[in-house]
Amino acid sequence: MEILQLLLSGFASGCVYGLIALGFVLIYKATEAVNFAQGDMMMFGAFITIWLTNSDYNGLPFWLSVPIMMLIMGSFGYLIERIFLRQVIGQSQIAIAILTIALGFILRFVAGAIWGHEPHYLESPMVGKNIYFYQAVLGMAEIFVILVTIFLTFILYVFFARTKLGVSMVAASQNQLAAFYVGIPVNKMQSFAWVIAGILAGIAGMLFSAKGSVDPITGLLGIKAFAAAVIGGFGSLPGALVGGLIIGLIEPFSGRYLPSGFSHLVPYIVLVLVLILRPHGLFSQVSIKKV
Amino acid sequence: MRITFKTSYDPDINLFKDSIHKFQYIFLLFFSAILPFFLDDYYLGEIALILIWSIAGMGLMVLVGHSGQVSLGHAAFMAVGAYSVIILQIKLGLPFLIALPIAGFLSSLLGILIAIPTAKLHGIYLAILTLAVSILVEDIIVLAEPLTGGVNGIFAPDIEIFSVNFNRYGNIDRLYWLILFFTTLLVIIYKNILRSPLGRSFAAVRDSEISALAIGVNVARVRTVAFAISCFITGIAGAFFGHFVTVFNYETFNVVLSINLLLMIVIGGLGSIHGAFFGAIIVGVLPILISLSRDRFLDGLGINLMNFPGLETGLFSLILILFILFEPFGIYGRWLKIRTYFQLFPLYRKDMFKRQKSYLKTERVR
Repeated sequence: MEILQLLLSGFASGCVYGLIALGFVLIYKATEAVNFAQGDMMMFGAFITIWLTNSDYNGLPFWLSVPIMMLIMGSFGYLIERIFLRQVIGQSQIAIAILTIALGFILRFVAGAIWGHEPHYLESPMVGKNIYFYQAVLGMAEIFVILVTIFLTFILYVFFARTKLGVSMVAASQNQLAAFYVGIPVNKMQSFAWVIAGILAGIAGMLFSAKGSVDPITGLLGIKAFAAAVIGGFGSLPGALVGGLIIGLIEPFSGRYLPSGFSHLVPYIVLVLVLILRPHGLFSQVSIKKV
Repeated sequence: MRITFKTSYDPDINLFKDSIHKFQYIFLLFFSAILPFFLDDYYLGEIALILIWSIAGMGLMVLVGHSGQVSLGHAAFMAVGAYSVIILQIKLGLPFLIALPIAGFLSSLLGILIAIPTAKLHGIYLAILTLAVSILVEDIIVLAEPLTGGVNGIFAPDIEIFSVNFNRYGNIDRLYWLILFFTTLLVIIYKNILRSPLGRSFAAVRDSEISALAIGVNVARVRTVAFAISCFITGIAGAFFGHFVTVFNYETFNVVLSINLLLMIVIGGLGSIHGAFFGAIIVGVLPILISLSRDRFLDGLGINLMNFPGLETGLFSLILILFILFEPFGIYGRWLKIRTYFQLFPLYRKDMFKRQKSYLKTERVR
């Protein structure tokens, strides 16, 4: 039964990693840039949810504060794109990566200055409710996390594969100039991608704060989500979820069965191995150009 | 503007353009060498630290600025340099002058071990891999406790060279001269690499891998060599850093340091040795400026900066963002523009350094 318990909790935390990874992949798919600040945006979303919901701050009901948080995070993503990313459109990936790293540092500083550095907890309606499943205990929050993640991955997958807007976003990333020539508003696509990424980060933050404590350093979780996105193959949405689940499942099992100290090495060793053996991830999106 | 009349190919690859150029650098070196006679120990220590950051920046510059591979894990190589120079001295009793190059070689060995299997990785993937390596090295240091002191850290002995003692607190001026000597040495070596065929092939690989292949550059080999040289220099920087801070543990060389190193050389200006130094000066001077402004102005206004931990990093990041938005070539790029403005006065045009507009294409289709 222990294995089942580890499996379930790993699945839930894997879903959070997967959600952040979805944010990475989304921006990568739509703008060909890597947003290193995604983890910190998630942290920000978590803090905004807490700020809206907790009785110390605004004390709104949870189901009201979530849409408000999504609105705030969406406009936040839009502002980041308009103020910073729009200026460097077309520049190399590395410039954008460094820009977002710096943004992440600033977000961490701002969150620390506003909300302080002690851990915060969300007062959600799910707290303390458990479901018993073949002797394994599963919190309501964890079930909620799993369901929301699977739902969001499905929606985004359909969006990129089936809708006109999604396909034109992919086109805008694959070749900016060519996309512009066929009438795709590349700038608008990029703004739109950042809005969705902001909302996704907000949802991931909300789910994360429903599961545990949040402080400004939480954003560093982004590195693990990064590993998840790479393992899945940057650019593949289901891959991001699978990568997140792999990382999430590895953690509790290695923590249980490996000597202490080794356990949090394992996700990174897996990452290094995947990069060496399958350089573009498990669900590789790289294809050879056909002439 | 001085016009050089070239009668052979040598002036194109000479270290110094002309005698004035040469004199400027000799004067700079002379000025740096006599600093200990004017400055008190605190500022001398800060300048020594700036020199150490410059060495580390040069190490990263070989990789990022000149061969076009981005590493987010150079703190790991600094860590290898720092730990190995001290362990070699304590456990094996080697003298500093022998332990230092060995530390560099060990660090460069790790770099080669990473570079060989990942020769096919590009851009962002390589950055992520090195980030993972940085995290792994941090954890391995904790696990290798008998050697590295684990969480408690390790204590650096004084440097002894031919029974001359170098200690940060006892005689910072000697340590400063030692670091200055090695910085100068590394700059000369670096500059010479850049004008050799190897340095040219670095630039070729950076600017276009396909063209480099076409003119017969062995891309995989050049990238590995770039990694090796970069890690060697960074390892040396780490060795000095270890001796400078005297006590350190795994946390000294965390991921944030890796990222800061990269941000540092981007602010300084990618693709030039000057950039490494300018970036290091910013990193070294910013905390001093913050603490000075805190003492002078803000306390009077009733603003207490101690309430905002991480202010330095926040401010640093803001400067970096402004640079990426308005001056992508960093401080050195701005300096070049100002210098050209005065050299060509009044003929300077605004678009002189403008590059062709670029459009991003996906890396997923090749």
